[in-house]
Amino acid sequence: MAYTNQRIAYGKTLVELGKENKDIVVLDADLGGSTMGKMFEEAYPDRHFEMGIAEANMTSVAAGLAQTGKIPFTNSFAVFSGGRAFDQIRQTIAIGRLNVKICGSSSGMSDFGDGATHQCIEDMAIFRALPNMTVLCPADANETVEAVKTMAEMDGPCYIRLNRNDYPNVTEEGKKFKIGQPTVLKEGKDIVVFATGYMVGLAMEAAEELPEISVKVVNVSTIKPMKAEIIEELVKDAKAVVTAEEHNIIGGLGGAISEALCKNPKPMEYVGVNDTFGCSAHNYKDVLSYHGLTKEHIVEAIYKIAEL
Amino acid sequence: MSYSKELVQSLENQAKALRRDVVVSIGVGVAGHIGGSNSSADIVAALYFHKMKYDSRNPKMRDRDRFLLSKGHVGILQYAALAEAGFFPVEDLKTTKEIGSYLQGHPDVRKTPGIEAGTGSLGQGLSIGLGMAMGLKLDEIDRNVYVLIGDGECNEGQIWEAAMAASNFKIDNLVAIVDKNGLQANGRTVDRMNSEDLSAKWASFGWNVIDIDGHNMEEILEALDTADTVKEKPTVIIANTVKGKGVSFAENVVGFHNGVLDETKYQQALQELA
Repeated sequence: MAYTNQRIAYGKTLVELGKENKDIVVLDADLGGSTMGKMFEEAYPDRHFEMGIAEANMTSVAAGLAQTGKIPFTNSFAVFSGGRAFDQIRQTIAIGRLNVKICGSSSGMSDFGDGATHQCIEDMAIFRALPNMTVLCPADANETVEAVKTMAEMDGPCYIRLNRNDYPNVTEEGKKFKIGQPTVLKEGKDIVVFATGYMVGLAMEAAEELPEISVKVVNVSTIKPMKAEIIEELVKDAKAVVTAEEHNIIGGLGGAISEALCKNPKPMEYVGVNDTFGCSAHNYKDVLSYHGLTKEHIVEAIYKIAEL
Repeated sequence: MSYSKELVQSLENQAKALRRDVVVSIGVGVAGHIGGSNSSADIVAALYFHKMKYDSRNPKMRDRDRFLLSKGHVGILQYAALAEAGFFPVEDLKTTKEIGSYLQGHPDVRKTPGIEAGTGSLGQGLSIGLGMAMGLKLDEIDRNVYVLIGDGECNEGQIWEAAMAASNFKIDNLVAIVDKNGLQANGRTVDRMNSEDLSAKWASFGWNVIDIDGHNMEEILEALDTADTVKEKPTVIIANTVKGKGVSFAENVVGFHNGVLDETKYQQALQELA
């Protein structure tokens, strides 16, 4: 049966992979109960390392493990995986192109209660700016399962961005994940909506609400590498483009699509966090709504750009 | 433990050769890290020319000891050792820092044979070494990981994260060597950021601590061999050294952390190391 939570999908898939591949090791920084690293810890205690509340050390230790042929996955909340350990990732893992897999759990606004300190709106920008780095942001739990399998197979550093909360799948179960390949979830010719992560589901709902406008919805689950030719081809007959991401509008999906289209530009609207930090809320929906990350905001953006 | 006169003499000569290589690598008119290279030279000579098992023709040999230069700014010293050990030609040392050279200002794992991981952002090498030591244990490969760190580098918090974790995991195939030359980039360590009592700090983190004169070859060899006998905990060798050792005008001079040699000083340095 399909999972409906990316963290669960991640934890279960690591356990599944670890059964066959003894080189897979998992490191946690006292958040294994949340990142679901605890599942691997329970299954293979000898290949799971509790590194304590010390993300910098965890990340460099993973680099050392990779240099002895292991495939380490480091787990923490996205703010810490990329923020706290940025220098460790840059200096040793990215420059050295080491085979370390970095998981940013509870990314975006998905840790709604904890507020700005724990909500991560800049991880895609941070990781995208690093040479040699692959950046993944799966749409749902189904895609997470496949993305994690692909991460373990590929050689080199890779970051995966995961959501904390339960929500329904929009992608097909068991579909092989190809790095760098966006997938069209709904065909349409006037407006192309590029969405990533949780926003993919909202983009689908928005498109269904607008029968009068022909909207194509593209799930962009690889933020890097992103080939300009592929993006150009997807928009070549369209009038305009909308991007939707649970991330700052600077440096994430919107930025990446803009860069990809800079030689053959189209009018664009960004749906994303408008260069502000998050805040606490009692539930996920409220924090998304407050920051302009709803189906309605996508509908509005499509209308706005369609009228141009 | 006792060591033959021949062994000690030959390692002292190797250390001198490394110091000469460092001066030649730096050359005239370009800044280079002569101070911290020369303070570490005896330790590096003991590791590369006696203690460590490796194959310079097969740098990725599975069953090898590993050396990490956490104080990566003295990459020229490690390059000298790698060249003298046969990983690449000694003549190439002169290309260090040239555009396109495989010898970068700081060790680059993708460019230079024999480099185990990129280092230079201070404070990270011990953690990387810990990861390697853990990986070797998982594979039941009975080899050691040696990590050379600076006393100034011990300002970095990550050193202590690694120190805590290594003793937590009872890692005994990891040996840290602190090149305690007493100077950091901007002055004396006791004046800039006093990290004393360094030995007591390591001991309190659960490490086996050995204090030595880092220029006394017999003490270096004995400390490295003793580390092998200590089980269930990591060992740190606190090597008391002189920054710039062997070049009179650079000894204990803060300015030669990353200093420039003019033609006269270059010749004088080579003469003193002859």
